[in-house]
Amino acid sequence: MATQLTTQDVAKVAALARLELSADEQERMKYQLNDILDQFLSLQELDTQDVEPTSHSLPMRNVFREDAARPSLPREAATRNAPEKRDGNFIVPQIVDA
Amino acid sequence: MSKYESVVGMECHAELLTESKMFCGCANDFGGASNTRTCPVCLGLPGSLPVPNRTAVELVVKASLALNCEISRDCLFARKNYFYPDLPKGYQISQYENPIGQNGWLDITIDDGSTKRIHIRRVHLEEDTGKLVHAGGNESEIDYNRSGVPLMEIVTEFPPDITSPAEAKAYIEKLRAILVYLGVSDGKMEEGHLRAEPNVSVRLEGADVYGTKTELKNLNSFRAVERGIAYELDRQADMLDHGIVVRQETMGWNDASGKTYHMRFKEEEQEYRYFPEPDLIPLHFDDADIERWRSELPELPDAKRERFIAEYDLRPYDAEVLTGSRAVADYFEAASKSGADAKAVANYVTGDLMRLVNASGGDITDVKIAPDQLGALLKLRDSGKITNTIAKSVLEEMFATGKDAQQIIDARGISVVSDEGALTTEIDKVLSANTDVVAKIKAGNDKSIGFLVGQVMKATKGQARPDLVNKLLKERIGS
Ligand SMILES: [Zn+2]
Repeated sequence: MATQLTTQDVAKVAALARLELSADEQERMKYQLNDILDQFLSLQELDTQDVEPTSHSLPMRNVFREDAARPSLPREAATRNAPEKRDGNFIVPQIVDA
Repeated sequence: MSKYESVVGMECHAELLTESKMFCGCANDFGGASNTRTCPVCLGLPGSLPVPNRTAVELVVKASLALNCEISRDCLFARKNYFYPDLPKGYQISQYENPIGQNGWLDITIDDGSTKRIHIRRVHLEEDTGKLVHAGGNESEIDYNRSGVPLMEIVTEFPPDITSPAEAKAYIEKLRAILVYLGVSDGKMEEGHLRAEPNVSVRLEGADVYGTKTELKNLNSFRAVERGIAYELDRQADMLDHGIVVRQETMGWNDASGKTYHMRFKEEEQEYRYFPEPDLIPLHFDDADIERWRSELPELPDAKRERFIAEYDLRPYDAEVLTGSRAVADYFEAASKSGADAKAVANYVTGDLMRLVNASGGDITDVKIAPDQLGALLKLRDSGKITNTIAKSVLEEMFATGKDAQQIIDARGISVVSDEGALTTEIDKVLSANTDVVAKIKAGNDKSIGFLVGQVMKATKGQARPDLVNKLLKERIGS
């Protein structure tokens, strides 16, 4: 068994992700997340002593674009899907620093 | 403040001088109508994929090398997750583990002329954010033109080396000079292209734990960095003196009032849940890349200063002032190459010319006087064709008009009165008008001769050579 996630852990992760979970949902998530963690336990049985850590599955590196500007979207297109806009600006609720 | 020690860490951001943004081809530009330089990538639209800008990566490697950092051979980009609409994706692409540069340093020159090494913990590459403007009511307007512009972050080592506001100012000045020399940043603090965010704390002299730190924002000039830190250190010391607990807080700097103000408390450390950016594959640098970039570095401020001292026999202070800006250093060197005496050029560039430049509100790159024109002026002076007083006034006209010194001298009809006969006439007039002064000199008061020299200079409208006037006066009074 891996270290078990508690309901408090789930509540914290949910808050960080701005998810509102009911008490029932928190319980359900706790079991599901712990199940997922258990799955990883089986991976830990592998000997990875001589394996380089990987962050990506593709055997590639250093893919770049050259530094050249190209046309951007017309402003109307850029803001087309905005729920609210004015004078070419996106409008959002004011965020008050906590 | 005396019983407290100051501790200052510096976190600086520089917008890179590239043509395009970090992960898309939108132009990296300033101004313009809002949201006219955006695309699916920098708007964070679903399905879009970032591709890193080769030049931006090179610039950060070069800056890291110039800051004496070790270069991480393998680097990743990381997602820094947070909810604030200055980036539409809900995260910033940044670096976390293995930043491009680590464990570097730069040297600053402190007040007594000695050098102090400031250690740098990391140099990394990330993307800048869009701009939010509070529009009144409960609304904010967002312009994403700057969202995704390549941004370099430079963080000093902990525990910090910087222990005073003056050192913090010297640090940001040196950092700016290096970045501008490299062509990595334009260094404009007033416009936020280079930003300094110091974190400062105080503790009792000799204490072994650090005090609670506050972070400073909105420092838009070197002077603001120095003043803001000094104010904040005093404020914290005063709080401690009164038994008030310092809280982790972000403070803004108001340059007009000369005070810091509360922006927010940050007692709860933000959890950014960094993880490797799955949309970007790793970077790898091999030794050959790094050595090639190292060989492409220009001469940097410290090396240039030492060369100026050795090659032109300049005083260390003048060399330091000249090399603080690459443009000023280049100007000095070009003027010296025109054959004028280098020390004379250094005096004029750091003195009269700099004063004119500062008064005009511009910088050396706006000066209408070409370096060889300044050289020509100084050659005229040093050959005795004009006096230093005249040279200074000619410099002012050159500064205003961009004309050649010779042209101005010809137009004004200025020439040095070195004809002894003509001078003697003026001297005799002055002597007969000041018989009392002459009597004093004869009685042994040598200092009064300066007054007579001044009178002759005035009568000749500054066109006489003071040393010649002095010599002739002495001869005639003595005779
Ligand atoms: Zn874009």
